[in-house]
Amino acid sequence: MPIGLTHVIILSTALFFIGVYGFFTRRNLITILMSIELMLNSVNINFVAFNKYLYPQNIDGIFFSIFIITIAAAEAAVAIAIIINLYRSHNSIDVEEANEMKY
Amino acid sequence: MSSITTILLIPGLPLLAFLMLGIFGNSSSWLKNLAGIIATTFMAISCLLSVQTAINYFVTADLAEKGFAPIILFKYNWLSFGSGVSIDMGALLDPISAMMLVVVTFISLMVHVFSLGYMKGEERFATYYAFLGLFTFSMLGLILSSNIFQIYIFWELVGVSSFLLIGYYFAKPSAVAAAKKAFIVTRFADLGFLIGILTLGFYGESFDFQTLIQRFTDHQSPQFLAISAASFMGITALSWGLMLVFMGGAGKSAMFPLHIWLPDAMEGPTPVSALIHAATMVVAGVYLVARLFPIFAISDQAALDVVAFIGILSALFAAIIAFTQTDIKRVLAFSTMSQIGFMMFALGVSNYGGENGAGFSASLFHLFTHAFFKSLLFLGAGAIIHMVHSNNMDDMGGLRKHMPITHISFLIACLAISGIPPFAGFFSKEAILHAAHASSPITYYLALFTSMLTAFYMFRLYFNIFWSSEAKPMHNAHGEGTWSMKIPLIILGLLSIVVGFIPFSHYVSSDGKSLETHLDLMFSILPVSLAAAGILFAAYLYKNKNEKPAQIAQNLGGIFSLVKQKFYIDEIYLFITHKIIFNLIGRPAAWIDKHIVDGFYTLTATTTEEFSSTIKGWQSGNLQSYALYFLASVLGLAILIIYALI
Repeated sequence: MPIGLTHVIILSTALFFIGVYGFFTRRNLITILMSIELMLNSVNINFVAFNKYLYPQNIDGIFFSIFIITIAAAEAAVAIAIIINLYRSHNSIDVEEANEMKY
Repeated sequence: MSSITTILLIPGLPLLAFLMLGIFGNSSSWLKNLAGIIATTFMAISCLLSVQTAINYFVTADLAEKGFAPIILFKYNWLSFGSGVSIDMGALLDPISAMMLVVVTFISLMVHVFSLGYMKGEERFATYYAFLGLFTFSMLGLILSSNIFQIYIFWELVGVSSFLLIGYYFAKPSAVAAAKKAFIVTRFADLGFLIGILTLGFYGESFDFQTLIQRFTDHQSPQFLAISAASFMGITALSWGLMLVFMGGAGKSAMFPLHIWLPDAMEGPTPVSALIHAATMVVAGVYLVARLFPIFAISDQAALDVVAFIGILSALFAAIIAFTQTDIKRVLAFSTMSQIGFMMFALGVSNYGGENGAGFSASLFHLFTHAFFKSLLFLGAGAIIHMVHSNNMDDMGGLRKHMPITHISFLIACLAISGIPPFAGFFSKEAILHAAHASSPITYYLALFTSMLTAFYMFRLYFNIFWSSEAKPMHNAHGEGTWSMKIPLIILGLLSIVVGFIPFSHYVSSDGKSLETHLDLMFSILPVSLAAAGILFAAYLYKNKNEKPAQIAQNLGGIFSLVKQKFYIDEIYLFITHKIIFNLIGRPAAWIDKHIVDGFYTLTATTTEEFSSTIKGWQSGNLQSYALYFLASVLGLAILIIYALI
């Protein structure tokens, strides 16, 4: 059986919700960051898959996924910087410890 | 000095004294010590200027030939409403305002001098003089007003200074209550006054006295036709306007049934009672009716009849109550009310012009003489209270040996008010009785009877204070009082003898033309002998302490206590206000305000608060719950777009 669009979308959806699950259940900020990366990558897979199966003559999807990878790298750098600062002030990178900004 | 400067200085000086002492009086100690001297000096200058103005008006100008015409000294357009209607600030000089200028500044000067001794050592000495200055300024402004709205402004200023002075001893709850009562009752009357002013101003298309008088006395003018055509509840707008204006006057002049504040107003310092509640402010109502007299007399006889009726009723009513009071100041207060009733009544029975206007002259003549002897009575009462430290007649007695000057001057004033010749009151009372005689026999006999009662209760007061027997050892440390207290008594005593000889109606008459005063000796026999009978009866009952008055009181039983409680008028007012107005209007209005108006806003506030405290929890500070909301919203939107919109 050839691998079609549906298979790829199932994969990317699974990947996305694994990321969502990780985002909601993990308390460690690094893990949360990793979950975000998972979600971003599932989007990348979608872009590439739609580009390949629906508009093979174009390269827009591939183009966008390269952008996303770049931005994800920058975002990871910023996020890790934030996490380090949080660690310095709270002595912890548990997301539930950092809840001072409320009503 | 030009007459405009003079006329501005007359009320200006008391105003200056008020501002100076009112603002700086309590902060600088030398000003506080000199307050009395400063205010008295200013007042003396103002008094001299008034006398000069009056003499200029009455004597030097050759007005007497063609009658005394009103002079507008200046007029400043203060607030214009277009189409000729404006509120002006002006000064109007005519016989009555010239006469009143002299009376007010002179009595005020006497009171200023008297207070130097009487109020010495008071904590708020400077404030007292400041208030006196404010009062004198407002009263002079009221007198000089050329515009009915201007008179209303000063009318209220007079009311507020009266309020301040009645409540001068504000640590005493009774004084506070009295001040409040005086203010509320007169304010209530002034509501009528304001409506009256607006009615007259609306139809007359002017607030100016002279324009109004000219328009409403000319029966062909469009304004007169308009106001006569309009009517409400079967009474023409003109009658309404005049009667409402009279209501304001009746409130200020303590006419029945708006008199209830005057006896309580005696809580103020006694010199204040002499100035405000005897000689000047309370006659403002008479002055107001006299100002508008041509309209009353020529165009609306019915309103004038109301004035006459209220006048004689108040005179008789107050005289009867004065029998039973034991507080000497209250006896004097009721006597004031009775005498003002006489003045109103004389205006009410008068006609306009010539000999028929004799009642008008008589009324203002009585106002003039009454100012002297009544302020003398009050200042005498002040001296007595200063000595005895009590207002109560029962604490006095036998004072003639201890206070000879007060005794003689008080006796003169009592003789004057009783109408014994040759004292001042005799002439004015004769003139009033003449006017009453010309009007109708019933009013004449009522007036005669009241004047006999006057003689009786005044001498009841006199004998109880100065004769009788000494009630208890009295406070004799400072004797009769300082010279500053005795001198005004002496001056006023002398004046109470001589002012009656002024040919008053020569100067003041309803149409400005001179009237010749004639004294009819045959006519005088009856009133004078009745007054003498009243005095002798008072002497019989009260000259020596005995049981006769108590027995008479006991025999009269219920009637006596009815009179002693002032016919329960105060209680009737309390019943009407507390039981009827408060219960039927006040409480429902309060309920609506509290439950419906307030309730609406409380509901809005509570809802907002409840809602916000509910959603406040969502702002948990927890990153993951925010993400959850975000996800839920995105999913929700997605479902909405997929299933509902496509």
